[in-house]
Amino acid sequence: MTLPTKAAPTIHTPAAQPATRTTASTPPRTQPEPGRAVVELKNAELAFGERVLWRDLNLTIREGEYFAVLGSNGTGKTSFLKVLLGLLPLTRGTASVTGERPGAASRHVGYVPQQRGFAPRTPLRARDLVAQGIDGHKWGIRVRRRAVNHRVDELLEKVGAGDYANAPVGLLSGGEQQRLRIAQALATDPELLLCDEALLSLDLNHQYIVSELVNAQRVKTGSAVVFVTHDINPIIDHVDRILYLAGGSFKIGTPDEVMRSEVLSELYGADIEVLRSNGRIIVTGRPDNTHHISSQEGLIP
Amino acid sequence: MITAAVDWDSIVSSVFVFDNYGELLALLSNSLWAGALLGLVGGLVGTLVMMRDLAFSVHGIAELSFAGAAAALLIGVDIVTGSLLGSVVAALIIGFMGLRARDSNSFVGVLMPFGLGLGILFLSLYEGRSSNKFSLLTGQIVSVSPVQLTSMMVLSIVVVAGLVIVWRPLTFASTDPVVAEARGLPVRTLSIVFMVLLGVSVAMSVQIVGALLVLALLITPAAAAMNLTVAPARTVVLSVVFAELSMVGGILLALGGNIPISPYVTTISFAIWLLTRVIRGIRERGSSYRQGGSEEHPHGGGQDPHAHGQGSQGLPVPVGDVRR
Repeated sequence: MTLPTKAAPTIHTPAAQPATRTTASTPPRTQPEPGRAVVELKNAELAFGERVLWRDLNLTIREGEYFAVLGSNGTGKTSFLKVLLGLLPLTRGTASVTGERPGAASRHVGYVPQQRGFAPRTPLRARDLVAQGIDGHKWGIRVRRRAVNHRVDELLEKVGAGDYANAPVGLLSGGEQQRLRIAQALATDPELLLCDEALLSLDLNHQYIVSELVNAQRVKTGSAVVFVTHDINPIIDHVDRILYLAGGSFKIGTPDEVMRSEVLSELYGADIEVLRSNGRIIVTGRPDNTHHISSQEGLIP
Repeated sequence: MITAAVDWDSIVSSVFVFDNYGELLALLSNSLWAGALLGLVGGLVGTLVMMRDLAFSVHGIAELSFAGAAAALLIGVDIVTGSLLGSVVAALIIGFMGLRARDSNSFVGVLMPFGLGLGILFLSLYEGRSSNKFSLLTGQIVSVSPVQLTSMMVLSIVVVAGLVIVWRPLTFASTDPVVAEARGLPVRTLSIVFMVLLGVSVAMSVQIVGALLVLALLITPAAAAMNLTVAPARTVVLSVVFAELSMVGGILLALGGNIPISPYVTTISFAIWLLTRVIRGIRERGSSYRQGGSEEHPHGGGQDPHAHGQGSQGLPVPVGDVRR
């Protein structure tokens, strides 16, 4: 299932929305950049049958960068993440993660999923969930029990979850579970931290705590962060660049470059207003390309 | 009218028969060993069945295993081979149809009556000894031959060795499939491997406890263990201990009489489950699940429909956390 991405050098020029296919994206090679590339996409295209989620995506994410992927439902945010995890092949172009084929690099990638909750009697304690991040992928049964336990304690301490190390995961709150998820994702000292709506369904307090934990790891170890979210506000203080996906087109740039009324209006082909208040960004307006965007509440991220 | 002709003495004396017990024990040591093997396999596999929420699939596999055994009986080939074939084929079909329980449940529901029907057809066509027929459904213990014991030994080794090899990734994929897949684990392949091992275990159990009562061996001990602990290693150990108690205990009680073994096994395993459930209830009433004090509100999120709201757990039901 983890097919290597097809290296198709044929540069198929897409006829779709040339106006919105803004590629203020990848800084050219010549420009001096710190850190090395953790994620590289070249001419990447992802389509499901006729439906193109995005094409001609050129992107380099370097170590230490905090990169947010924004967009409404169905614009290919999660698929973007799956490509980086090696779970979904590109339909065109190439992708590499830490210089390797996505999927082959999974030990360098920490993955923080959306909070889902466990059945109450799941036979896992908080520490077992974290331990699975350390050696859950290895064959056989655990033999270096003491070393693993030691590392688990370290990780739990790091995310402030030491208090409930032995509590059943099924009885922990969403916020507590997400702390464990981060501890689990950090287990291998990843070069890339992938967060998939990791703050969804958390209260504001825990959104803040979890968001800070992710950022602290980036600052401390220089790992890159790719944060997929439909709401930029909980992470806005940390984000370096945004990939904004909308209706088959996209825009890449700093929050100040992307989160602007004229940019998003162009992207959606509809009147969008971006309001800023108290450091929060509010995007309003109902785009009319109902194709891909379902914004019942009239609010898009 | 109808005389309440329940002669309690005769019932008790036919349920608990201990005449010439020493001799019987020596004579039926094969059965005991077979039971011990089954306890080990059942306890181990059961833990994973519970983790993966596959109880219903186990029942479905057992019915097809029964059909396989009945077909073997009819055409006069080895019953073990027949039941093995039936259950592994069923396990593979279920495994390929759905990765997770909710996908495969309806399919199992379709498959199960068909298997049972086939089995009954084969049995009614069979003209041999009728006790053979009955034992496929309700189990037998008296006639474990040395050949049968050897085959069970080989199958047990296959299952236990297979489980040990895939243990960590399999438990990871069973309890946390999304992250396991992101981590690059072959979640689907692991699922198929487990289904094969499950099929083999079910076929072994069908021979001894019978198709209808496989769950008592593959589910109940693990469920009882999970009443007492959530620590994975402890769950496995307890599950095996409970399965052994049920199997070996059941055989020791069943040896003397002419009642099938299954009532003994199912009763013991049910009693163990009941006891553990009571212990769990008392514990949950008595204490919080936390080890130390936490500065945090225990129900910070409150949005998770699964984690809370179980009044029976003695935990406060969240009323929405408005700390900020």
